[in-house]
Amino acid sequence: MPSALGAPNPVAIGFFFLFISVTLGITWWAARRTKTAEHFYAAGRSVTGLQNGFALAGDYMSAASFLGIAGLVATSGFDGLIYSIGFLVGWPIVMFLIAEPLRNLGKYTFSDVVAYRLEGTSVRVAAAIGTLAVVSFYLIAQMVGAGNLIRLLFGLSYEKAVVLVGGVMLLYVLFGGMIATTWVQIVKAVLLLTGASILAGLVLLQFHMNPLELFAAAAAKYGDKVLAPGQLVSNPFEAVSLGLALMFGTAGLPHILMRFYTVPDARTARTSVSYAIVLIGFFYLLTFILGFGAMVIVGRETIQGIDKGGNMAAPLLAEALGGTGFLGFICAVAFATILAVVAGLTLSGAAALSHDLWVSVVRKGSAPEREQLLVARGATVALAVLSIILGIAFKGQNVAFMVGLAFAIAASANFPALVLSVFWKPFTTRGAQASMIVGTLSAVILIGLSPTIQVQMLGRPSAYFPLANPGLVTIPLSFVVGIVVSLLAPEKRAADGFAGLQKQLHLGGD
Amino acid sequence: MTHSQDVTNLATAQRRLALTLTAAMSAIYFGFILLVAWDKPLLGTLLAPGLSLGTLLGALVIVSAWILVWIYVRWANAHYDSTVASLRKDR
Repeated sequence: MPSALGAPNPVAIGFFFLFISVTLGITWWAARRTKTAEHFYAAGRSVTGLQNGFALAGDYMSAASFLGIAGLVATSGFDGLIYSIGFLVGWPIVMFLIAEPLRNLGKYTFSDVVAYRLEGTSVRVAAAIGTLAVVSFYLIAQMVGAGNLIRLLFGLSYEKAVVLVGGVMLLYVLFGGMIATTWVQIVKAVLLLTGASILAGLVLLQFHMNPLELFAAAAAKYGDKVLAPGQLVSNPFEAVSLGLALMFGTAGLPHILMRFYTVPDARTARTSVSYAIVLIGFFYLLTFILGFGAMVIVGRETIQGIDKGGNMAAPLLAEALGGTGFLGFICAVAFATILAVVAGLTLSGAAALSHDLWVSVVRKGSAPEREQLLVARGATVALAVLSIILGIAFKGQNVAFMVGLAFAIAASANFPALVLSVFWKPFTTRGAQASMIVGTLSAVILIGLSPTIQVQMLGRPSAYFPLANPGLVTIPLSFVVGIVVSLLAPEKRAADGFAGLQKQLHLGGD
Repeated sequence: MTHSQDVTNLATAQRRLALTLTAAMSAIYFGFILLVAWDKPLLGTLLAPGLSLGTLLGALVIVSAWILVWIYVRWANAHYDSTVASLRKDR
């Protein structure tokens, strides 16, 4: 059966416009409520635990997860599960180490926490560099996903698609700030979970609602090896390196961290992680079913015939099971997914530029409300333009893989400084700076020297650094540098501030 | 006991549990990953038609994440929150 993918699909276009009208309506409503920087960055701290749980899930369940992992499972079976699990196990870490401290110690960005008892200015510059590196890599992955997806769905050119996503996202963030972004994420999370549940239900209906029958059918079609680990993880170092980056990277993603400022208190922050982790775990179990469903029902040859990376597995499955109408719905959901994630990313990048760099560093912490909002919005425009340019420049890369790189930087640049500043008394300003700079630089440099860039992109016979993911080296390195630099030159003021930090961390209040 | 001593005790209790649970999650996850890396044939063993050991263990890693979070939330709701509330009153 020839696929309707790539031809204009009236149902997809209908859902697409419906989603855009509803979310722009929300943006208009949110814009009238966005009067201060606290509204723009933190939705006035009035988001409930359940709402924030859905919004966290919406921020996290990216197109790379939905399309990329379903595609990875469809083309290589079990291996896709390794990614899914890695994306989930970061959440308990967020719960145990990050969520409550963040809410009680910070205002808008994670560098508020690192700067709490250290000398703000220099720490914030380093933190902003880490944040912007993560945001850039993650945005590239999302924009590339968006370009491919919309090109395949609607026959629109890759470049136009990237501009469209960047433009709509700009409207959400520029006018509606965090209030609009939160609601876009909630709407998207509900749509994505509903769409994926229906699709998984349709798959399982063909196998007596028994996933094992589905897996057995996949094994019958492509051999038992689809149920066993394959080539994705070929050496133990690579496996652990990827795992470290996924696990600790989640706890260092600026757009996720920022969401904890939108709730009224630490207890609500905790509640919201509980909801998020259930929703996200459920979602990844669904993608496993979807991937195997696509493998059996659509077939690997068809999936890879349309997109070598397998990214179209879920949409093709939707078409095979629910016809063109359901394909249209799933396509619109995937589009919504990308929009919500890029909106969150852009907002966190704008906060780093405006709150960390402009207000805290340039203006020494005191800037009029009007100016704060103006700079935040200027930064939003700049990031939207940058994301469009990067999206076009990085055309043709596998999306799930690029996300792995963003996680490596988040885990190496942000996570160690955050944990040390909250839990380790002797941590110093210089230690924090060194840890974040070394984390960012080492991750970026080692990625540059990795097989991904050297062999796959530049076509060299070998790479200078053997691992595709540098986490195994860069995360411990960043911790060690932070600790050694702190011990070499103790900072009395920072150590004295630790008791105050503990009090604020646990007792909260303003 | 002084107020600040109480805060320190609470901080120590929270940190101990948080780090223990983090270690547990890491051990479970990296145990799984290392099995994937070192013994692929073992994880490919079929326990039932369609169910490989790897798939079962993978699903159990997800369930274990839920359980660890549930343990933390239960502790926080039962002990942590009430201690925080009484310490806030006295400050």
